[in-house]
Amino acid sequence: MNGIELLKLAAPQVIVVVTALAVLAADLLALRELDVRFRLVIGAMISTLGCVVAAAWIVALPEGANAMDGMLVVDPLTRLVSVALLALTVVTILLSLDTSFTAHVGEYFALILLATTGMMFLVSAEDILMIFISLELTSLSLYILAAFNKQNVQSAEAALKYFLFGGLSAAFTLMGLSLLYGLSGSTNLGRIAAAIQGPGLDPVLVLAIVMTVIGFGFKVAAVPFHFWAPDAYQGAPLPSAAFIASGSKVASFFIFAKVMTLGFAGAEGSAALRGYVPGWFPALAVVSAASMVLGNLAAIAQVSLRRLLAYSAIAHAGYLLLGVMASGSQNLAPLLYYAITYGLTTLGAFGVVSLVQHQCGGDSISDFAGLCRKAPVVAFCMMIFLLSLAGIPPLAGFFGKFYLFASALETGPKNLGLLWLVVLAVAMSAVSLYYYLQVLKQIYVVETPALATPERMPMSGQAVVVLLAAAVVVLGCAPNVLLNKLSRPAAAGESRTSVPAASPHLAHD
Amino acid sequence: MLAWTIYSSFIGATVVMLLPRGLTRAARVVALLTAIFGFVIAMAGVMHGRNCSGIEAVVRTDWIPTLGIRYYLAADGISLTLGLLTGLAAIAGILFSWNLEHRAKEFFAFYLGLIGGVYGVFLSFDLFLLFVFYELAIIPKYFLIAIWGSTHKEYGAMKLALYSFVGSAMVLIGLIAAYVVAGARTMDLVELARFHFPYGMQLWAFPLVFVGFGILAGLWPFHTWAPTGHVAAPTAASMLLAGVVMKLGAYGCLRVAMSLFPLGLAAWSRPLAVLAAIGIIYGALVALVQKDFKFVIGYSSVSHMGFVLLGLLTLNTIGLTGAVLQMFSHGIIAGLLFAVVGRMVYDRTHTRDLGELEQMNLSKTIPFAAVILTLASVASMGLPGFSGFVAELQVLIGAWHAFSTLAIVGGIGILLGVAYTLRVLQRAFFGDHQREVPASPVGHAPVELPPISIPERVGAILLIATSVLVGLFPGILMRLITSSFESSLFGWLPKGGGP
Repeated sequence: MNGIELLKLAAPQVIVVVTALAVLAADLLALRELDVRFRLVIGAMISTLGCVVAAAWIVALPEGANAMDGMLVVDPLTRLVSVALLALTVVTILLSLDTSFTAHVGEYFALILLATTGMMFLVSAEDILMIFISLELTSLSLYILAAFNKQNVQSAEAALKYFLFGGLSAAFTLMGLSLLYGLSGSTNLGRIAAAIQGPGLDPVLVLAIVMTVIGFGFKVAAVPFHFWAPDAYQGAPLPSAAFIASGSKVASFFIFAKVMTLGFAGAEGSAALRGYVPGWFPALAVVSAASMVLGNLAAIAQVSLRRLLAYSAIAHAGYLLLGVMASGSQNLAPLLYYAITYGLTTLGAFGVVSLVQHQCGGDSISDFAGLCRKAPVVAFCMMIFLLSLAGIPPLAGFFGKFYLFASALETGPKNLGLLWLVVLAVAMSAVSLYYYLQVLKQIYVVETPALATPERMPMSGQAVVVLLAAAVVVLGCAPNVLLNKLSRPAAAGESRTSVPAASPHLAHD
Repeated sequence: MLAWTIYSSFIGATVVMLLPRGLTRAARVVALLTAIFGFVIAMAGVMHGRNCSGIEAVVRTDWIPTLGIRYYLAADGISLTLGLLTGLAAIAGILFSWNLEHRAKEFFAFYLGLIGGVYGVFLSFDLFLLFVFYELAIIPKYFLIAIWGSTHKEYGAMKLALYSFVGSAMVLIGLIAAYVVAGARTMDLVELARFHFPYGMQLWAFPLVFVGFGILAGLWPFHTWAPTGHVAAPTAASMLLAGVVMKLGAYGCLRVAMSLFPLGLAAWSRPLAVLAAIGIIYGALVALVQKDFKFVIGYSSVSHMGFVLLGLLTLNTIGLTGAVLQMFSHGIIAGLLFAVVGRMVYDRTHTRDLGELEQMNLSKTIPFAAVILTLASVASMGLPGFSGFVAELQVLIGAWHAFSTLAIVGGIGILLGVAYTLRVLQRAFFGDHQREVPASPVGHAPVELPPISIPERVGAILLIATSVLVGLFPGILMRLITSSFESSLFGWLPKGGGP
């Protein structure tokens, strides 16, 4: 494979990087003297344009290939996830339009785009070295984004916590991955799986599994590796927090599932209630159960809506881990459907928080009192987001849960082996309705003295929120829109691996 | 065409919501027209359904082909009966909230959304779809109570929402398990019911799903949401709660749990029937000692729903027919009772305390309400000539064949019903007003109460007339209900040599 072909494969990422540089250059060279608002608009326009072009490139030029032995794998599924990531990035950029926390507009947008580049590389990697490098590119950009509000001490605290925990998690990941390399002598996920196959589990392999789960557990904020999340969600500038909660989550879960199902194929074990077999299934089951329970219970006690969303994110990480296990025997469709719709929903919720914070300066739940009077449209959108997070039909969150739980039950050698975990998940989602309803109670039930004038909220933010709400409703009522794209690539992906040259399994023979 | 009961309700809700602020009257009218439209369609469906038997498909098209989920609306006699009930209750509820001014637009939007969800449950024959409508109905209930309710409204609303959601979570687990175990990539009720689930699974899945739905039907000891919810709710919402929403639960028990897991049903019918019988007696006894007028009706609902569940668990044609008829009958009568206490009495006197009402001499000040309450009480006690009589009689006959002891318990429940109904009737309306003047501590003795308005009269007469009509000619509905037992969903029902 020559350089031109490689460039063509990596073109979307290249476009995003070039855009990042362009935003930086434009802001530094031409716009320095202008009003911050204006610079934000220009920067957002350039960044959005870059993302749209990259997405269009992906959609218009469907190329499938496996460059340099899994360093850059392009198949329908990775293309779809890349487009989803670009979409989440664009929404994040649009959410940043009304912010006023920074004067460093160019750097801000450039960092968002660099993080996106990292995520795009991340999702198309099947090589542990590449995975680690792109994970770091993403993380480092996100650390800075979390710290971007220099006037706010909370932002600095959030970033420091996020950075320290993130650094630690990177060490764990690296340790786990290097053990894998030592075991298999390869950095390619497929060949690693082939090498570690065998009766019983090597103790070193167990260590590698645990290290990897810990490392990724930090990334996705699963219990007991979640401590950074509430502070980061609350302290970081709002668009950064939203991006950490949505884009970063989708990418991390995708690669988490890929590493587990491809790299540790054959070492699943079993987490059935009376059929425990060591492997990565039990490890994930424990983390998943802990996340669901702790996330949902801790969310009840929150006063700040952003912290509540953080704990709800921890709970959702628990559901998504169930999805990682479900993708062990199945395809990734349930996990990805859930992750993408969750990303959209949580972005929307953060969008509403941003609008309200813009108005009354706080993010505590009581600041939302009487929102249905002040801004009926935004309030209605918030209802859609929160109910979707709770899993009420016909919103996207409900179908996501249904699909995820159904495929989790189909998982494993013994039918209904994961029933206990599904029961726990369903029970915990019943708990979650309580705290989402508490927020909705503030919005709809609590009466505040009527204001003389309805509060004005930025139109751009409102438009974004309405679009996201529409997406959540549409994806819930017609899940096939996304599902068709998710399950067809899975079938296509299997055919890819059956082509000898592209198949990591056969290449090893 | 029946599908338009659902669509029209949601369209009506959207229209009401989009009306400009302040157009309370327009919102009311749109809501009423929507409800009447739904009722007319449901009525047409009943007229059409009289000549058919089994399940008539309405819409059947692929929805989520990847998972084999269909958009499958259909109807049999049971759906039609309950659809008719929904139509009636919807109209009556709007008539009885005609005087509502506070945030009326939102009220009617939530109200119609709830109605749409209820129609949807009764018409869905794909379990995924049924579940979607079932949960869709939870959220409007919460807001209806939390915003427009009275006594402990936020507590009552949250309790109701969480109980419903926990119940539906139990149902969801059962449904997903059935979907996965059948492995046929279908959620079609008829197809799944044909599948023979392993006995071990039925043993845990049946009680899970039955109790999950049963929570909403007021199954003892999971009934505690019902009295608090009913009392907290505004009049129209408590009419819907008792009239229709509790029937959703019973309908789910019958339609889903009993159809899918017949072996589990056979194994569990006796213990669950005991719970139902306890509910009958318990509800009646608690109703006997309440001080709050509305709590009496709330607990009486638990008692009457016990008859529904007992009838379902008799597993014979007559008991089942009685159960469905009792759903219809109780829906009408409970709606009426809540209308009297919530709208006619409480809105005027601002008290529901029986001790205070006793001194107000209400039978003189609002005689119309007294007449209506008397009629409704007579109907509620199950006197011949009203729908309740036919229904409860059949349930008891069915229960006699299945478990004779419980039939006797049910009979005692009817006696207790007479007791608490007469007590509340006597105390609320025909109090001993001799000592009214000297005993009145606050000295309020309201001489002038606003007269009963036209919408109230229309609504009350509509409900009473329905109950009498069904009581005198029960054959109309019974033929409809028994015709649906011929479908394959009721394969477990002993055929031919029924009692």
